[in-house]
Amino acid sequence: MPKVLNIVETAYRATLEEQDDTAVWISFMLKKAGLDSDVLLRGNAVNYAVKGQDASGLKFGEWVQTHPPDLPRDLGILMGAGAKVFYLKDDLGDRGINEDELVDGISAIDGAGLAALFDGYDQVWSW
Amino acid sequence: MSDEKKTLTFALMDAPYESARSTTALRLIQIAARRGYDINVFAYEGAVYVPFMLQKKHGNAFHEHDADAENHPLPREWVEQVRQVAQAAGGSLTWMNCGLCADERGANEALEGVLRGGPAQLVAWANESTNVLVIPTR
Amino acid sequence: MSNYLLLGSRDPYASRDADSVFDLAVQLKSAGNDVTLFLLENGVLAARSGAKAPGLDAAVAAGVSVKAEEFSLKERGIVAERVRDGVVVAPLDAVIDGLAAGHKTIWS
Repeated sequence: MPKVLNIVETAYRATLEEQDDTAVWISFMLKKAGLDSDVLLRGNAVNYAVKGQDASGLKFGEWVQTHPPDLPRDLGILMGAGAKVFYLKDDLGDRGINEDELVDGISAIDGAGLAALFDGYDQVWSW
Repeated sequence: MSDEKKTLTFALMDAPYESARSTTALRLIQIAARRGYDINVFAYEGAVYVPFMLQKKHGNAFHEHDADAENHPLPREWVEQVRQVAQAAGGSLTWMNCGLCADERGANEALEGVLRGGPAQLVAWANESTNVLVIPTR
Repeated sequence: MSNYLLLGSRDPYASRDADSVFDLAVQLKSAGNDVTLFLLENGVLAARSGAKAPGLDAAVAAGVSVKAEEFSLKERGIVAERVRDGVVVAPLDAVIDGLAAGHKTIWS
């Protein structure tokens, strides 16, 4: 069985309609289905690890969203399933995010560490 | 280049008519098909519309074409053609739509032979494939 | 060490994110891997001679094998003579070659 690193990069793409991020979702489902896999957040997706996000309040006429997306919660679910979640430190800095703003349990990788990270996996799937 | 039979799995995310990726994906799959490979395609999210049966040709006033003259591409026809290329070369093309993605989009009317499934099948395919290529959406 | 096939489908003009594939190519190469960067779709826009693409310059200088897809080039009117030094025109088949050979293949 290949060991796979799933990369999540595009962020907040249809997350309100889907009520989650579909790349985070599939990473969790693949893990549950037995794929030996972990996740790397890069690009704008590093923002998924920021605490205090609130996507509630979406309404169209009488329709009210009852389950808004909660990406930090979903990262916790992913980690609870045994996946390691990494984030690219350089992408945090570019976006002015401090590490103390992030949820617990995720691990930083700096740019120089990417090659070594990728080496630990048989395949790298970029969603 | 070795002509040993391979199994390749592709995971697609893009709906047709929205980006170059859906066409490039089918071009790649066709190259593999011509080599007689066994090919699996997991169509995730908008990619479930690639084999959608209700795609319909139309004319184009900009080019002064009626529907026949415009001969507008329908990706479901491309999928069927590539499936035939694979079979003729001694290989196969197995296309599976993500069931939940098809449900939420109302896209369950797919080309005959298109399967419905989920991530567990992608894992099974990954285990039996030489390689997997995920083509992300952006 | 490993063989990597990076597929660069985005150009560095529409999005800064496209530079990440150039940076990754350099990092993987510097770590001793065999790296091919295959530009396709709008990614080939950086391959025109005279195009400003410092990330691509760095990848070429680092010894990354850079290819540009012949159909994507033709589609954009970039004839072979206008492809910059350090980039080789190649058919899309090269991607299937890499996949079939088991190269770690990442689409950017």
